[in-house]
Amino acid sequence: MTTYWDQYHETMSRDQLADIQLKRLKVLVERVYTSVPFYRQAFQEKGISPGDIKSLDDLKHLPFTTKKDLRDTYPFGLFAVPRSEIVRMHASSGTTGKPIVVGYTKKDLDTWADLVARCFAMAGGTKEDVVQNAYGYGLFTGGLGIHYGAERLGATIVPISGGNTARQIMLMQDFGTTILAGTPSYCMYMADEIIAAGIDRKSLRLKAGIFGAEPWSNNMRAQLEEKLGIKAYDIYGLSEVLGPGVAMECPYQNGLHIFEDHFIPEIIDPETEQPLPYGQKGELVFTTLTKEGFPVIRYRTRDISALYPEKCACGRTHLRMERITGRTDDMLIIRGVNVFPTQIESVLLEFGETEPHYLLVVDRKAAMDDLEIQVELSSRMFSDKVAGLEVLERRLRERILSVLGISARIKLVEPKTLPRSEGKAKRVIDKREI
Amino acid sequence: MRVQQISIFLENKKGRLARVTEVLGENSINIRALSIADTTDFGILRLIVNKPDLAYKVLKEAGFTVSTTDVIAVEVTDQPGGLSNILRHLDKVGINIEYLYAFVTQTASSALIVFRVEQVDEAIKILQENGVRIVPGSEVYEI
Repeated sequence: MTTYWDQYHETMSRDQLADIQLKRLKVLVERVYTSVPFYRQAFQEKGISPGDIKSLDDLKHLPFTTKKDLRDTYPFGLFAVPRSEIVRMHASSGTTGKPIVVGYTKKDLDTWADLVARCFAMAGGTKEDVVQNAYGYGLFTGGLGIHYGAERLGATIVPISGGNTARQIMLMQDFGTTILAGTPSYCMYMADEIIAAGIDRKSLRLKAGIFGAEPWSNNMRAQLEEKLGIKAYDIYGLSEVLGPGVAMECPYQNGLHIFEDHFIPEIIDPETEQPLPYGQKGELVFTTLTKEGFPVIRYRTRDISALYPEKCACGRTHLRMERITGRTDDMLIIRGVNVFPTQIESVLLEFGETEPHYLLVVDRKAAMDDLEIQVELSSRMFSDKVAGLEVLERRLRERILSVLGISARIKLVEPKTLPRSEGKAKRVIDKREI
Repeated sequence: MRVQQISIFLENKKGRLARVTEVLGENSINIRALSIADTTDFGILRLIVNKPDLAYKVLKEAGFTVSTTDVIAVEVTDQPGGLSNILRHLDKVGINIEYLYAFVTQTASSALIVFRVEQVDEAIKILQENGVRIVPGSEVYEI
């Protein structure tokens, strides 16, 4: 049983969808060509003019947009409307240089709220729900994106933002929160605190969690579902494309439906930049179809995913994307092997004996990459015998070796000593100087 | 007959042992015996204290990974061959000692040895049959 917010668009036939996409793509291309000098130049360099777009297949001739392009045109170079039409701006933190700035027109905010409302409905949300929004409010798109989507749904929103865990738990009990939204790592921390405080989860009214903004594994999902007594849904989005609400998981939890009437997804090989067929893993690329303020053409997300076209049991016809398993820029190359933090997380959770709090410390020792995995020891696994703990370390090491093909040192650490984050978890410290 | 031992996981980091003793001190818990097994990265601190239940609770609340283990305390006469005599009985029936440590009582005519074995009940039985005095928990906590 699934509920829809916009059944017409979410279940339309593939042919109808393609018609809408092509119509919207043509308008978009024309518009960025005339109003964004960056795109006009990029099109001209490839010898393309808007009239060349005759079918959806022609998308592959269009130039890519990268994060670097966004930085180079900072702050407003890619805006497609006059600044006066922009009613809100969001920006990335800019920790690695100038931030990425995105702008929304009134209509963009309306579309956004509508798409997030689709997400809530997909997770069974209705106006009867109490949504506790633990995503950070501010320049980050997570908080406000979820906020306006929940309001559009008609639910009761609790705009608590991230952090202040004791207060989060108190309000969850007192307000009867039914849907929790936040990053999976912070919500896991909250779940642990709820358990540590001895609160019976049956006294909570939680039924669903909407988690995103960072890659997480299926094992982590299972833990969140068990600890909080909920169904945990994956939500996807990025500010360069929209914010949360680009794609969302339905109750079948078998990939996230991309709202294709607003975005065209592609999977490319990050090296050759060639499109890959359905089912193959690669870098996710998006073209926005309806955005006015900050449209993007073939934006390279750096997120690793795959696309599946098979019809879903929920009735939605939109393509499903595989949950994000890593990012091309999060990917660690250790002694030539591609390693994603989520793979390690998966192994750790498989053991079920350690808390899913871990830190990967990569260093280079005598020209060799060295990986240390710091893992918080759970009291369930603690043994009063040294040998008992050494066996755990050895089993973890062997499992990492067989799953990832790399050897690592396991270092057991005391609980709650690894850094906790109230936003996106910091899982890697790379000390290599190359 | 069993004695409750508190085991604590400690990273080899400055100040952790001091923190344990501080928590115990603040709660008026007295340490009777202590031993540390350590590796390069971590150590396991084993304690016999006068209030084991309270110690477990306050250490857990202070964020430590703690467990309790049942061990056996026996009195050994302070003379050559005293310990050997006891170990022989356990060896004969194939009971393996995981670890042991000793402490001296205030009367000082005998020492107390703390054993950790898998088969606690069986070990107690064998030792008693051979006339070894086992010191019950209630007595050890009050030494």
